[in-house]
Amino acid sequence: MASNDLLVCRGLSASVDEKPILHAIDLTVPQGEVHVLMGPNGAGKSTFGHVLMGDPAYELTSGEISFDGEDVTELAPDKRSRAGLFLSFQAPVEIPGVPLRSFLRAIVEGRGEKVKNKEFRKKIQELAKTLDMDPAYLDRELGVGFSGGEKKKVEMLQLLLLQPKLAILDETDSGLDVDALSVVSRGMELYRETCDGTLLIITHNTRILEHLEVDRVHVMVHGHLVAEGDSSLIDEIDANGFERYEAQLADAK
Amino acid sequence: MAEKKRTQVEDIDRSMYDFRYEDADAEKLDAGLTPEIVREISERKNEPEWMLEHRLKSLEIYNNMSMSDWGPSIEGLDMENIVTYVKPNTEQKSDWESVPENIKDTFDRLGIPEAERSYLAGVGAQYDSELVYHSMQDAAAKMGIVYSGIEEALHGEYADLIREKFMTLIPPTDHKFAALHGAVWSGGSFVYVPKGVKLDYPLQSYFRLNAKGAGQFEHTLIIVEDDADLHFIEGCSAPKYNVANLHAGAVELFVGKRAHLRYSTIENWSKNMYNLNTKRCRCDEEGEIEWISGSFGSHVGYLYPMSILSGRRAKASFTGITFAGRGQNLDTGCKVVLAAPETAASVETKGISKDGGIQTFRSSVVATPNAKGSRCTVSCQSLMLDDRSRSDTIPAMDIRCKNVDIGHEATIGRIGDDKVFYLMSRGISEEEAKTMIVNGFAEPISKELPLEYAVEMNNLIKLEMEGAIG
Repeated sequence: MASNDLLVCRGLSASVDEKPILHAIDLTVPQGEVHVLMGPNGAGKSTFGHVLMGDPAYELTSGEISFDGEDVTELAPDKRSRAGLFLSFQAPVEIPGVPLRSFLRAIVEGRGEKVKNKEFRKKIQELAKTLDMDPAYLDRELGVGFSGGEKKKVEMLQLLLLQPKLAILDETDSGLDVDALSVVSRGMELYRETCDGTLLIITHNTRILEHLEVDRVHVMVHGHLVAEGDSSLIDEIDANGFERYEAQLADAK
Repeated sequence: MAEKKRTQVEDIDRSMYDFRYEDADAEKLDAGLTPEIVREISERKNEPEWMLEHRLKSLEIYNNMSMSDWGPSIEGLDMENIVTYVKPNTEQKSDWESVPENIKDTFDRLGIPEAERSYLAGVGAQYDSELVYHSMQDAAAKMGIVYSGIEEALHGEYADLIREKFMTLIPPTDHKFAALHGAVWSGGSFVYVPKGVKLDYPLQSYFRLNAKGAGQFEHTLIIVEDDADLHFIEGCSAPKYNVANLHAGAVELFVGKRAHLRYSTIENWSKNMYNLNTKRCRCDEEGEIEWISGSFGSHVGYLYPMSILSGRRAKASFTGITFAGRGQNLDTGCKVVLAAPETAASVETKGISKDGGIQTFRSSVVATPNAKGSRCTVSCQSLMLDDRSRSDTIPAMDIRCKNVDIGHEATIGRIGDDKVFYLMSRGISEEEAKTMIVNGFAEPISKELPLEYAVEMNNLIKLEMEGAIG
């Protein structure tokens, strides 16, 4: 293992309701790199993101996850978060009665950071502005009545606020219009610039990758990692889709 | 074998003996609450004759009435203890040392209310409470508002008015505990707001209820005259320990024409309490009653504040929250009677159950033949925090009029694992995550409360949620 490997998954298998979804995944993301996990719908990409974050909805049947030199396989999601992992949700939840502003304060204070009211207000106000968010959203209930785009902006806002060591972006681009997409791209760039962030981008769409320098591409089909390569893989998949990989996997079986 | 048989026979003997013993006990209990005792209560309070008669009549009704046969079980209710309580000369153990540890802990962590704590600690504190009470009384008095103990008021300027209204909304014949209340009631508040007087800060009965001998059978009578406005906060808003284990108070509210009354309560009785409180309000033409009600404490609770809209275009709204934890069975809701044309009522409640707690929403909406053009919406949401807990919804509607608009919606759900995971993925602990979700769920209620009470309610939820994660 290279010393700058931030995330190392070894032989990761997971199932839900005894149905296997992920099969012996090996994947490594070194510090500071941008990785992309691609694959058709239903390949298990989101499951992988959730398993990395410790979602109790999935059962880990084998393998281990090491993050920042520490074995986090058994850690609860809140501890993984505090260790520097972040998952941007494909479908962020709604929490009625909890204003976005209070929630943001809670996640910062949850890290044991003392926040001064005035500075904190200013900071999130600025972040909202950067992400083309109407500051009025800060006083709304978390996620309630937010459009898909607004919800994703809130995810990016948290990314920039928490500045995690590794951000897993689960289909952050799905269902977004061009404007929202460019805001999300801006968020990712800012995250890279401000804290030398490491990214694992889960997507089945290559559009969001246009402005990013991608270091590695991983391809997942039916819960198996079937290919890995440099950014040229993106163009190849753009042109030919995933059929080739699906066929390969079928042959291998 | 022979020996075994003998043992069995002995067992049966003993149980028969036990049975007889309980029977004898029950007789003693009946003998415990006698007309003599009721007379003695009345005499000690130096009451007018009509009140003594009212008490005696109520006692008769009580003795002839059977227990209700619906709702949570009240079999564990220690009637002997209650009779002991109402007996004059019985010493009340309300010193700080006799308060259970968990309640003291709650006091300490809430940081409030100092005055109430001191009251429990002894006489000096009672002095404290009296001071606070009097200062409030003075401010209200300047506006012509009467705010006093109801027992004192029986001898005051409004004695006749009290006689005219007392237990007319809640007659002793209403149910067994209303009859008991009628016989042994003690303490409580009397509020009179004259025509057109609007008080822009709430009156609180917080300290009032702690008057010696009150608390369990207290009677609250509030009269808000035409065009007047009042916000009243009921005094069991702080955790309070009582020696006996039944609370059967009565609250009677009269709202005049175009008058407005907001009645807020957060009840957090100790968890050995049977809370069988009865609250009722009558609204005249264009009068409005707003109930804000939080039920957190008690072992068993039956609580259904009732709004009788007897004047044209009268309005009622009920906003309530109930939180039933381990060992609690809280049956709460409200009743609405649309008894005049174009009346309007809305009911919004939230129920939370956890740790095997049982929370039931029970409502009754009645539209009389006179209710033409009236409307009522009932909405209740329940949240169960685990699969050992239970939430039920029992809405009843009795519509005897055409041209009324009645709606009901109910949702019952569990706390979403996806929501908990989302919050945890942001570094929030499981306990905090659930507390945040529950507080959010309760928010529509807490935002209706004065700030200090909203804070207290959030703290109560936090305390309830602590240790909830197995």
